[in-house]
Amino acid sequence: MADRLFKPETLAIHAGQIPDAATGARALPIYQSTSFVFDSAEHAASLFNLQTFGNVYSRLSNPTVAALEERIAALEGGRAALACASGMAAESIVLMTLLQPGDHIVAAGALYGGSVSLLAVNLQRLGISTSFVDAGSIEAFAAAMRPNTRAVFAESLGNPSLQLLDIEAVADVAHAHGVPLIIDNTVPSPFLCNPIRFGADIVVHSATKYLAGHGTTLGGVIVESGKPGGLFAWDNGKFPGMTQPSPGYHGVKFHETFGDFAFTMRARMETLRVYGAALSPMSAWQILQGVETLHVRMERHCTNARKVAEFLRAHPQVSWVNYPGLADHPQHALAIKQFRQVEGVPGASGLLAFGVKSGAADAESGRHAGVRFIEAAQFMSHVANIGDTRTLIIHPASTTHRQLDDAQQLAAGVRPDMVRMSVGIEHIDDILWDIDQALLQAKD
Amino acid sequence: MHDDISTLHRILRECRSIAVVGLSAEWHRPSFFAAKYMQQHGYRVVPVNPRYAEVLGERCYASLADIPHPVDMVDVFRRADDVLPIAEQAIAIGARCLWQQIGVANLAADELARDAGLDSVLDRCVKIEHARIFGGLHWAGVNTGVISSKRPA
Repeated sequence: MADRLFKPETLAIHAGQIPDAATGARALPIYQSTSFVFDSAEHAASLFNLQTFGNVYSRLSNPTVAALEERIAALEGGRAALACASGMAAESIVLMTLLQPGDHIVAAGALYGGSVSLLAVNLQRLGISTSFVDAGSIEAFAAAMRPNTRAVFAESLGNPSLQLLDIEAVADVAHAHGVPLIIDNTVPSPFLCNPIRFGADIVVHSATKYLAGHGTTLGGVIVESGKPGGLFAWDNGKFPGMTQPSPGYHGVKFHETFGDFAFTMRARMETLRVYGAALSPMSAWQILQGVETLHVRMERHCTNARKVAEFLRAHPQVSWVNYPGLADHPQHALAIKQFRQVEGVPGASGLLAFGVKSGAADAESGRHAGVRFIEAAQFMSHVANIGDTRTLIIHPASTTHRQLDDAQQLAAGVRPDMVRMSVGIEHIDDILWDIDQALLQAKD
Repeated sequence: MHDDISTLHRILRECRSIAVVGLSAEWHRPSFFAAKYMQQHGYRVVPVNPRYAEVLGERCYASLADIPHPVDMVDVFRRADDVLPIAEQAIAIGARCLWQQIGVANLAADELARDAGLDSVLDRCVKIEHARIFGGLHWAGVNTGVISSKRPA
């Protein structure tokens, strides 16, 4: 067996899955079993004491789910991973593992709406407060840090703002304060961006999006950096749950016992075990079918999105285009640093936003133009999802953000005329045709 | 120091007896975890700690020099500053591998062991590496680095 640093395309297909020991099955078997037999009472005791590794019950671990976990850990360049029932479950489990009442989070503003609700409503109710800051301002992150801050949370590529985070600079702010940086890397996927390379300590994914890739299956993954990215100092005194004896496991100290994958072990054995948002083996298998073609799909999503952005920019019915893959995007230099190259330019994923031109400049006619475009599409689908093979469109001002007034919408990065598009992998000529005919119908 | 999968694989296959220096008899201590795991996976564990007469059902010796039979590996659960004399004893008793546990990295001891022809591993847990290479750790979601089309034996 030779050691080799395998490339992501190879890891996407092989990492975490060797032929099945029992049957020789080459593809991943679906272990649709809630529980696993113990060899003996002694073996059972060792498993429950965490003295040996093995499967007990599928709420804790499952062989099919483990293949997904190891594969995403490998693709992110991390030490270990934990799969959960959804992206929101992954995010919740990270924060419930790290935090206790009285703690404080510094988070980027304009996050995915579900994340905002978790932080601003649900965790607030548990006595955990969050300061939201401008994701583009490193000074704002630094200024928001408090003595009781225990985590910094942000998205590598914001949705729907499409704002890039300077991961390295924000990691430096977090680490200077002795707290981990948690990055939601859903939009770029691990093929285009690896936040651990830039100092992130924990990465979360909604696997529902590009990882699964076909709009069929919910899932989430947590990745811990471990040594590859510089091990976070969990023993700095701010995280007693990592260093003190665990009451759930007769005094085991996770940091001392499990070293550079202690966070994953604790998230699994203390948090997932109790909150129960485990991923089903069937869903893990379906997500893995998607992951095997992640690299092929992401390259096409990127090239199609770039062509769509260039087409929209030249279109008379379009007032503005936001796509970080365009060379004149204000954050293009950061895109070059943080994103993998696709056909010689930074692969900026498949999300873009643009404004549909309307007859008058007021918000109301902008909103109408956006709605008319959405309704005129022939095969582009009006749904609240991203990262599907299909091209998806939504008008945030009349759907996801409709409960906000005009000023609140603008603060969240949502303009009245804004259409968000998740560019699919249909033929580019057909995508451009559907956009063009819908824009013509949207004319008032 | 050795850090690649193929060398760790060879060390863990060739070594069958492991003298565990600093083994605790407290069940929740990492040294007890690791030794118990290795015992369950077919290795003979030889405890070395002056505080005990017996650990894990095996006679416990005060020092490596007191062990009346050969051992293949010397696995060190002691502070880095204490490792050099342990390395000297490991060479003297004919061990073939000096293994310093995770968090323990005495570079002088590493050099001494390698110069004497021993394999030397630093800052790694013997249990975690065994589980990483021979299965088990994979089920905990850990990135084992194992890429293979061979059915495991």
